[in-house]
Amino acid sequence: MPLLTVTDLRTWFHTRTGVYRAVDGISFSVERGETLGIVGESGSGKSVTCYSIMGLIPQPPGRIESGTAVFDGVDLLHCTPGEARAIRGKRVAMIFQDPMTSLNPYVRISEQLIEPLLIHAKISRRDALARALAMLEAVGINDATKRIHLYPHEFSGGMRQRVMIAMALITKPELLIADEPTTALDVTVQAQILELIKQMQRELGMAVIFITHDLGVVSGLCDRVQVMYAGRIVETADTRTLFYSPKHPYTRALQRSIPSMQDKGSELFTIPGMPPDLSKPLPGCSFAPRCDFAVDRCHVDVPQLAPVAAGHDQTCLRVQTGEL
Amino acid sequence: MTDSILQLTDVSAHFPIHSGFVLKRQIGTVKAVDGVTLSVRRGEVLGLVGESGCGKSTLARTIMQLVPTTGGTVVLNGQNLSTSSRAGLRAVRRGMQMVFQDPYASLNPRLTVYATLAEPLLVHHVCPPAEVPARVAALMQTVGLAPRYMRKYPHEFSGGQRQRIAIARALALEPELIIADEPVSALDVSIQAQILNLLAQLCREMNLSLVFIAHDLSVVKHISDRVAVMYLGKIVELGPAADVIERPRHPYTRALVSAIPTPNPDVERTRQRIVLAGDPPSPLHPPAGCAFHPRCAYAQEKCKLAVPPLIADGPTREVACVRLGEI
Repeated sequence: MPLLTVTDLRTWFHTRTGVYRAVDGISFSVERGETLGIVGESGSGKSVTCYSIMGLIPQPPGRIESGTAVFDGVDLLHCTPGEARAIRGKRVAMIFQDPMTSLNPYVRISEQLIEPLLIHAKISRRDALARALAMLEAVGINDATKRIHLYPHEFSGGMRQRVMIAMALITKPELLIADEPTTALDVTVQAQILELIKQMQRELGMAVIFITHDLGVVSGLCDRVQVMYAGRIVETADTRTLFYSPKHPYTRALQRSIPSMQDKGSELFTIPGMPPDLSKPLPGCSFAPRCDFAVDRCHVDVPQLAPVAAGHDQTCLRVQTGEL
Repeated sequence: MTDSILQLTDVSAHFPIHSGFVLKRQIGTVKAVDGVTLSVRRGEVLGLVGESGCGKSTLARTIMQLVPTTGGTVVLNGQNLSTSSRAGLRAVRRGMQMVFQDPYASLNPRLTVYATLAEPLLVHHVCPPAEVPARVAALMQTVGLAPRYMRKYPHEFSGGQRQRIAIARALALEPELIIADEPVSALDVSIQAQILNLLAQLCREMNLSLVFIAHDLSVVKHISDRVAVMYLGKIVELGPAADVIERPRHPYTRALVSAIPTPNPDVERTRQRIVLAGDPPSPLHPPAGCAFHPRCAYAQEKCKLAVPPLIADGPTREVACVRLGEI
């Protein structure tokens, strides 16, 4: 049985200017110990998906219209606040994109690190501090004994992200949700953080949902990848299949627009047009207006995920009928 | 060099750090840019890469004279900007323009696209006022925006479109040199490619010189003719873009290149990555000798003694490493 099963999740935002269908009917699952990558451009709904699972959607304006997210037998979207609290922060943890804003600037690193332990584990303050210190050393902060009592502004960006990771992992979660954890960092620091996540995953055997827009990061880290576009999953496959034989026109276009995949000096491949306005209903395939292969029926029905091979699903109607 | 449009000689930008409120005293100096010598040829795209805090944005601002140089000279088209008067600078700035990283912050939210693009034309008396609307429309077409949007405000545009407006603003005065400070870092992959294509096309068609600052080496490799790698205020490697990125010589460039994740699972899982330990050192207390030596796998005693100069490595490349021949 998968560790987390999300079924038909819809998260819409009801604003004065209309209803934004940020996540519109997505289903996926994560196995124990697996790394799932969620890839998509900004506004594709990848972060909203994870915020919905963690119960972090501001309501209103957000509303979870339908769906379930079952984590080890408990539906995180419909359980009591008490049940959710027992899981969130303990068995499911999250790292956010921006380490500059996700730590509390008024609270010492040590207090922020031991907070989840004091809440979730029956443990004395002294023991919690010892665990926090060990965790800081594990994520590669030198001089942890001296630095543990500093404030976040005394740390660099890479070090703050390490603190975030230490904080997320201190309760030994079974599932880690990482929302673009390296986007705000330099490439050299990104390489350090990715190595750290991989190593921690090996040691703790946890599952990871890794959200990113960088296909390069996904290729080295994830077992399975799903591609999101305009609030829907358009393709999901294991990493090698997705990179070497992508089927959906959007996945192919996304791969072709990476600069390093293209010859120097030639015109870069671009996807024409812009992502759709999510406040308007999208009849048919959401990518159809920008798709080179769209035909009339692409604009009529919302296409559903269908398998092209074992473990490889995608939504394009023309791929499903074997035309592409 | 006669064909160079911009010549930097030993340029420094140092910032004094003061402490105390009433009795101020200087407690140190941040050497954001320290002894950079560089030239940009006419029609050339020069890529400038490095980690955050290495001084690449400060160098860009020094070229534009937005921050004062504390040493060295910046010469644009034969005119020394470091010694120019304010009026002189104003005239020179017609010849060079800047595109900033964040198109959400660099456009005035209270000005329409028309007002944004007309302002430089009116300030510099580029054309009679009656011709301004036509010029603005032409500029918008150049960057791929429909002129019918000229009465809209920046918030009505997407990130990619805003960056196009920022580029149009930079082009308004028909400059010879554009300095683009991370123009695509804030954009999505598919939009990034559109903006890169636009910049490359403009450089070709208008024979513009471009200083392109980025931290993404694959982007820099694609667009640049030459690339300069910076570390802690100094240039550590300089040479033709493809050459430097495919065959890096300086240990720092090697680490930087090896840190780029490639969108290829088989390559990504097997290759040996050089993971640099620690963070870049504070520019307030730079290490003695080569600034990179505390993180360098090849460092020896002699690296701590003197700052290595940028020396020629073959006809086209320059590298600042004392162990160049040995490693």
